[in-house]
Amino acid sequence: MATLVFLEHHEGELVKPALGVLSKAAELDGDVVGVVLGSGVRDLAAKAGAFGAAKVYVADKPELERPLPQPRVDALAALVGEQGFDTVLFAASVLSADVAAGLSARLGAGLNWDLTDLVQENGTLIGKRPALGDSVYVDVGWTDEPRLALIRAGTFEAKETGGGAQVEEFDVQFEDFSLAATMVEQAHAESEGPSIEDADVIVAGGRGLGSPDNFKLVEELAQALGGAVAATRAVVDAGWYPYATQVGQTGRTVSPKLYVACGISGAIQHKVGMQSSGVIVAINKDPNAPIFDFCDLGVVGDLHEIVPKLTELIRQRRS
Amino acid sequence: MKIAVCVKHVPEGTTHARIDPQTKRLTRSGEGAINPFDTHAVEEALRIKEAQQGDVVIVTMGPQSAQDSLRKALAMGADSAVMVTDEAAAGSDLVATTNVLAAALESEAPDLVLFGQQANDSDGAVLWAAVADRLRRPVLSQVAELTVADGKVTGKRQTEFGYDTIQAPLPAVVAVSDAINEPRYPSLKGIMGARSKPQRTVSVSELGVDAARVGETGSKTVVQALNDPPPRGDTVKLEDDGSAAEKIVEYLAEKKVL
Repeated sequence: MATLVFLEHHEGELVKPALGVLSKAAELDGDVVGVVLGSGVRDLAAKAGAFGAAKVYVADKPELERPLPQPRVDALAALVGEQGFDTVLFAASVLSADVAAGLSARLGAGLNWDLTDLVQENGTLIGKRPALGDSVYVDVGWTDEPRLALIRAGTFEAKETGGGAQVEEFDVQFEDFSLAATMVEQAHAESEGPSIEDADVIVAGGRGLGSPDNFKLVEELAQALGGAVAATRAVVDAGWYPYATQVGQTGRTVSPKLYVACGISGAIQHKVGMQSSGVIVAINKDPNAPIFDFCDLGVVGDLHEIVPKLTELIRQRRS
Repeated sequence: MKIAVCVKHVPEGTTHARIDPQTKRLTRSGEGAINPFDTHAVEEALRIKEAQQGDVVIVTMGPQSAQDSLRKALAMGADSAVMVTDEAAAGSDLVATTNVLAAALESEAPDLVLFGQQANDSDGAVLWAAVADRLRRPVLSQVAELTVADGKVTGKRQTEFGYDTIQAPLPAVVAVSDAINEPRYPSLKGIMGARSKPQRTVSVSELGVDAARVGETGSKTVVQALNDPPPRGDTVKLEDDGSAAEKIVEYLAEKKVL
């Protein structure tokens, strides 16, 4: 195997999910190589050595300053072509999914996504993917090289084993269309508000609440339980609740002792952020909501009636 | 302005979908419906059309039954539809699907191509970026607020770090998040009118795509085995009969999490 791992970074740090994939790749293939794309990122590249990279390629270009996918496709296509990598691994993110998919089209290379494990079986690389709401686990493979894979974020732990990586720069010629999109405003990590990651109890609200005002039902229950309030991407995107409280793929990953999901359908993006919680209670009016397949206690009913009663009972019990 | 919306016909309700153990493909014989995420893309196209005129064409690739999804989008208000249906294209993975869909889109030459944020059967959220690369157009994904003006698209979208705003000149490819709008229900008039709207059915060869580049032959990934999910604790499920709150408290007390 000749494996390349795409190392995404944000505000001067290599992101953890990418380092996790690097650590896993180093277990499967001793000579794993990383790639860092950006502007002013030469120093970052060397840090990947501590997580298992034997070598790190760097393209340091102003065109790569903003986290946009298409210039990165140009860079990876050039690198994979020149160096003959047979496997390119990505930790899934908003950016890397678009990079991996663009690279798939550019190279005509097979892409498997949402993988939760990678194994070698009789010398062949196999990816494990939970499908159809995790009701079936699919073994996926590739019929040709290079093989591209997106690994579900948070699947592999970043293991700092020490050591340094050899850093080598490479040049990129950009396609006109790859530079057509520009970033008008770039996201920065938000630091205001208490972190929900340390809470023992979380009460979360989703679209089933019906309106932003109904978040007070969730807040009151959280207060009665001594817990924190969380939200789904759908309601955060709709402006009902702040981004800092979002649980799921593009939000926080939490594992409280108790997670109460109110009006949350349990889409995969949400599930990956809370499935390792101790006890999961779901209240939803749709009996077919996917959340009923992975909660511990599922209540089919109207949360607008159940949640206030529940809050009252818990208050009585605690007083 | 011409807007193409790519939609997928998926099995109704993912919890009842299954994979055929023989072919290892998703069973498509049961009831199907338009991928719910794609209805947000259709809605956004209609809003752009209503605000600044335009023509909305729905593009899909799938079995004959995918007609139902096209008809739904036409009933919502789209103007025409193109369906690529071909036995040779069955079992296409991302690479093979990109080969077909990019050719179908090229034949329509739209100013803007819209996608929904993912397919709810395969959980795939990758097609737009692959198609954009093949069409050599800029791509914006996960867009929760879209503005189309002065020959440019501007999209606000959520990433792991907060909100970005990205701009690109038309023609462009945009995938919208399901937070972008609330899709309309087709009106009775819309449903009645859908049948008389222009619909074109094309084969892979009519698009000029080599049969070796589509279907299982043209695919670069393969499903090798299907396994049962790892066992997990039993779910207790109950319907609220007025006493759900009491039962939840009992359950939490029993689990010692109160």
